[in-house]
Amino acid sequence: MYDKKSEVKERLIGMIFGACGMLFLFVTLGVVVIIFWETIHFFQKVHIFDFIFDTQWTPLFHVKHFGILPLLMGTLLVSGISIIVAVSLGILIAILISQYSSKKVGGLLKPILEILAGIPTIVYGYFALLFITPLLQKVIPSLSGFNALSPGIVMGIMILPLVVSLSDDAMSAVSLETKMAAYALGSSKLQVIFNIVIPSAISGILAAIILAISRAVGETMLVAIAAGMKPTLTLNPLVPVQTITAYIVQVSLGDTPAGTLEYRSIFAVASVLFAITFIFNIIAQKLRYSFKFKN
Amino acid sequence: MFNVITILQRKSKKRNWLEVAFLFSTVSALGIALFMLAMLLITILQDGFLRLNWQFLTSFPSRNPEEAGILSSLVGSFYLITLTALIAVPLGIGAAIYFEKYAPKNWLNEIMEINIGTLAGIPSIIYGLLGLGLFVRLMALDRSLIAGSLTLALLILPIIVISAREAIRAIPSSIQEGAFALGATRSQLIKTIILPLALPGIFTGVILAISRAIGETAPLITIGALTYIAFLPTSPMSYFTALPIQIFNWVSRPQEMFHINAAAGIIVLVFITLLLNMLAIVLRNRFYKKSNS
Repeated sequence: MYDKKSEVKERLIGMIFGACGMLFLFVTLGVVVIIFWETIHFFQKVHIFDFIFDTQWTPLFHVKHFGILPLLMGTLLVSGISIIVAVSLGILIAILISQYSSKKVGGLLKPILEILAGIPTIVYGYFALLFITPLLQKVIPSLSGFNALSPGIVMGIMILPLVVSLSDDAMSAVSLETKMAAYALGSSKLQVIFNIVIPSAISGILAAIILAISRAVGETMLVAIAAGMKPTLTLNPLVPVQTITAYIVQVSLGDTPAGTLEYRSIFAVASVLFAITFIFNIIAQKLRYSFKFKN
Repeated sequence: MFNVITILQRKSKKRNWLEVAFLFSTVSALGIALFMLAMLLITILQDGFLRLNWQFLTSFPSRNPEEAGILSSLVGSFYLITLTALIAVPLGIGAAIYFEKYAPKNWLNEIMEINIGTLAGIPSIIYGLLGLGLFVRLMALDRSLIAGSLTLALLILPIIVISAREAIRAIPSSIQEGAFALGATRSQLIKTIILPLALPGIFTGVILAISRAIGETAPLITIGALTYIAFLPTSPMSYFTALPIQIFNWVSRPQEMFHINAAAGIIVLVFITLLLNMLAIVLRNRFYKKSNS
């Protein structure tokens, strides 16, 4: 059993698995290196001060402005609307599943809601542009064909399963003893939910919300289809806007040669997007860990 | 005494009313979500179902919406996903085995530990830019099938690794220690105990990852996948188009006839992804029932 051949074989197999693991590190490094490499080149041509404070984003026009504020505002607007929808509905549904419904009903509802998460985002884009927007236009006649409101609402429904699933996990993990003690002291169900369950599960719920924000900020096809391609510095949800992701799509659809300023500008805005989602993901992970340790 | 009771009763009545109102609001939240899901499915079926016929499935894209079809995009998606799975599945399972059974506890592996979670949370369009910079430009693979597959493989790798690790971790350590006690080497343990027992869990993760890859549009657009392809790919270096790209192209046109085509394409896409998702859920439930009993 301890002959040399089998030991070599063991080593070799271990190395193969090790190589698979290493590849992982390289992927992350690759993302960082490639995106920041082009971004550095971008900032050799465009002053970082203009990038942050200029209020216009017109890299594809004759007179070029590279202020990221309009794109950031568009991203903020659409994801803000979606978070309001997803969090308000999602937490209520999580309470319903974890506190009111039987295990059987909850076990049935969760997979149905997960269907929402399984549908490709381009389908939501179609739904937002060709169903929700015309529907909303009947109520709000001033609503433009491309706007932030409709994709925001639809995106909220899209990321709903994420919020439900994570908050339900957090709320279901609250110990029965604590809840029973509260009931024994004469609390009503509502009081137990608001004074015991939600405070105990708060770090899990916050993690769900932060992950939802990170998903919303990075969502692409839905906004590229339904929000428009016009970078506007506005908080008005009724007019066309452009998000960071939609701008990357717009440039990718045209045939921009490598090395040009337009080509590099998509990496520059992507590094902002990367930084935002990366920070949010790390915070969410920390929150979930702290939640796991507490329970 | 009498007073106290009525106060309590009054209070509990008010409480009761609040209880009911709150329960009602949670139920209506669920109602809104289910209603939206139903509307989504109904809209798509209503818009596209009549367009879905043999001609649509077997025609190349065309300037004339009535003659257009999804042949090249459907076949393109099939090749793309097959290649993606061939790259990502062995790598993902290998990495999961390394992290669970080989990796020593040091700072490098701790960084990787955090990495896997954050990698899964990076927006797909960023993977597209990575693919553009790395595969399309640096490795000069152009907008080929293999460039698309490599990009999608990187995208689903974290999903496969996470689910495979969970499946491996769920194997009771008593069985593994038993194998070691009988003199099994590490590779024998992996071959005879870990892989067979973790297989259903790994398989579930793989199916979910693949169903995610089928619907991904943004990274393919970023690497520059073409929208008008009137031929079938012949090699990994061929140009290609994929179903979601074709749908995106039709949605973004102003003519209504193309929107109908988009809806018909969406029916095909949603049908495939939901079928895969359902398969994964069934597998998962079976797996859990087995491991719990």
